[in-house]
Amino acid sequence: MAEIRIRNLAKTYGKTTIMQGIDLQIAHGEFVVILGPSGCGKSSLLRMIAGLEEISEGLVEIGGTVVNALEPRERGCAMVFQNYALYPHMTVAENIGYALKVARIPKAERMARIRATAESVGLGDFLDRRPGQLSGGQRQRVAMARAIIREPKVFLFDEPLSNLDAKLRLQMRQEIRKIHNRIGATSVFVTHDQHEGMTLADRLVVMNKGTIEQIGTPAEIYERPQSLYVAGFIGSPPMNILPGQVSTARRGVLLEDGTLLPILSQLDAGDGAMVHVGFRPEQAELVEPGRGAFDARLDMIEEMGAARLCHLLFEDIPVSVLTEGRPALATGAPVGIRLTQEALHLFDANSGHRIELRRIDTRLVEMQPSA
Amino acid sequence: MRRAHFKTSWIVAALLAPQLLVIFVFFYWPSAQALYWAFTLEQPWGGGNTWVGFENFRNVLSDPYYWSSVRVSVIFALATTALAMGMALTLALFVDRQLAGYRAFRVALIWPYAVAAPAVGLAFQFVFNPGAGIFSYINTISPGLWDPSRYPAQAVLAIIIAGAWKQVAYSFVFFLAALQSIPRSLTEAAAMDGARPLRRMLDLQLPLLTPTIFFLIVINITDSFTDSFGIVDTLTGGGPFRATDLMVYKIYSDGFRGFDYSGAAAQSIILMLLVIALTFVQFRYVERRVHYS
Repeated sequence: MAEIRIRNLAKTYGKTTIMQGIDLQIAHGEFVVILGPSGCGKSSLLRMIAGLEEISEGLVEIGGTVVNALEPRERGCAMVFQNYALYPHMTVAENIGYALKVARIPKAERMARIRATAESVGLGDFLDRRPGQLSGGQRQRVAMARAIIREPKVFLFDEPLSNLDAKLRLQMRQEIRKIHNRIGATSVFVTHDQHEGMTLADRLVVMNKGTIEQIGTPAEIYERPQSLYVAGFIGSPPMNILPGQVSTARRGVLLEDGTLLPILSQLDAGDGAMVHVGFRPEQAELVEPGRGAFDARLDMIEEMGAARLCHLLFEDIPVSVLTEGRPALATGAPVGIRLTQEALHLFDANSGHRIELRRIDTRLVEMQPSA
Repeated sequence: MRRAHFKTSWIVAALLAPQLLVIFVFFYWPSAQALYWAFTLEQPWGGGNTWVGFENFRNVLSDPYYWSSVRVSVIFALATTALAMGMALTLALFVDRQLAGYRAFRVALIWPYAVAAPAVGLAFQFVFNPGAGIFSYINTISPGLWDPSRYPAQAVLAIIIAGAWKQVAYSFVFFLAALQSIPRSLTEAAAMDGARPLRRMLDLQLPLLTPTIFFLIVINITDSFTDSFGIVDTLTGGGPFRATDLMVYKIYSDGFRGFDYSGAAAQSIILMLLVIALTFVQFRYVERRVHYS
């Protein structure tokens, strides 16, 4: 069993702390994607699991063994690098079989395993080529095969698809997931691409500035982002965020222009608290001015093929709404935005934390101001 | 590929002129002169010359002293190159692994290149001095055991060490640059594949260094044939018993001490052809085994 446990992990370079307080448990056979913008520490985290980066503080356990002091070769991990890191002077077969050669596996067995692994990723005909003679996708497959052949307990992926073009990326994404399902090793995949994260992951880990913002299934993270950061990062087009102020007396949030967004549930925020209201472009609807929750003006419409992304301005704050219809609106025209209660997310303006909205029937219970 | 072209050719000529002039004055002219002298008998005090055809070459090639000079030159070139490159590679590998103090070493290891060959020779004159130098401690074991001015083998060893010492810095710079241009992720991938540092050195770093190794072999061998005059002149003066009479040094001593201008000219033509031939052989046969990535 190869579950990974990370406890209170920190990374410092001299006096700069780039990562701290990382706690993460990854179950055996799970596919976990670490998602975050560049510089958030996601690659460092992966490299600390791999043993390529020294651990400044905390523990990393693989399969119940603390691996902090172990060399990379002793940890049972295989890694696919962003630039593939293929050995340029070796053939495809030599690249794939290098780990076996180092481990002194007899040549006959080695060749058989190289052939089988290469076939499984569709490289059977390319064994004698050198990396320089391969396309980007083929190099990617060599890198995968080199990791697969070792039958590792843990698979580590460091942004392996970011050098591929869009179409190939989609295809390799599916192949990676299929390989994972077939082999069943624990996989940790680092990326800055949320589509990759959403589609590949059993569980997503969203990182920001060296800390974990949220851990959850892709659906959980999409539906209930725990912080303003996650809300803005996950989802494409991104979530609309409007500043406002809680009014318990009027049971809602007052937007900047004085419009009231009614909140028909119990609010864990005091009267007058500054908040951010979020809603996703795909969960709002365009209606006639005055008929929605608030009004905005049209700025421009982006054609997306299957839908239209309408960019609006509300008090100079950009707001977008995704609509399947074809709204016949001129630039500057007023338009109403209709929102359901379920579409609303509330975040504390100071801490950025999510404020839970408890779905209760407000006709029966008076709203309780809480501390 | 887009190329820039100058509209008027006189600018091109003006820009090329200084370099061409330098090459002409210091290379083509003397070479042509040497070629001419090699086929004539030149009088040392002036006063005309006689055409003798290949007579000078015949004399040189039938001279046993000349062949012993060729022999010691080849030994010197091979040994100096091997020693200098081996040392340079070892040092560069250590600096590349960023062992403690590598920044200071990186600078310190480049400095010897800035030292002129005669200065190197003089410095090693002290080092090898049988009476007062570091090597004189050998003589405390058994008096007279170390004396390069008496023992030919020791004299050859002395110029090889001094010559190699001077070459190390140059090779070191190139080796270090090449090592540092190997992507870090390659080393890391090999580490993940289970290879220890020594294994990575043999399987990864050395094969990827082959273009640099090849380049340095060509440069080092050429240099040890043509650029060793200063060391020999200050350290051994070609002796004892002509044991360190390298080809370049023999050209000088025959020409300017023995006033055999024509013989010296013939020797320099032979040396030039030898270096050209060696370089050709290296490009033709050794370069095939080089991986340019």
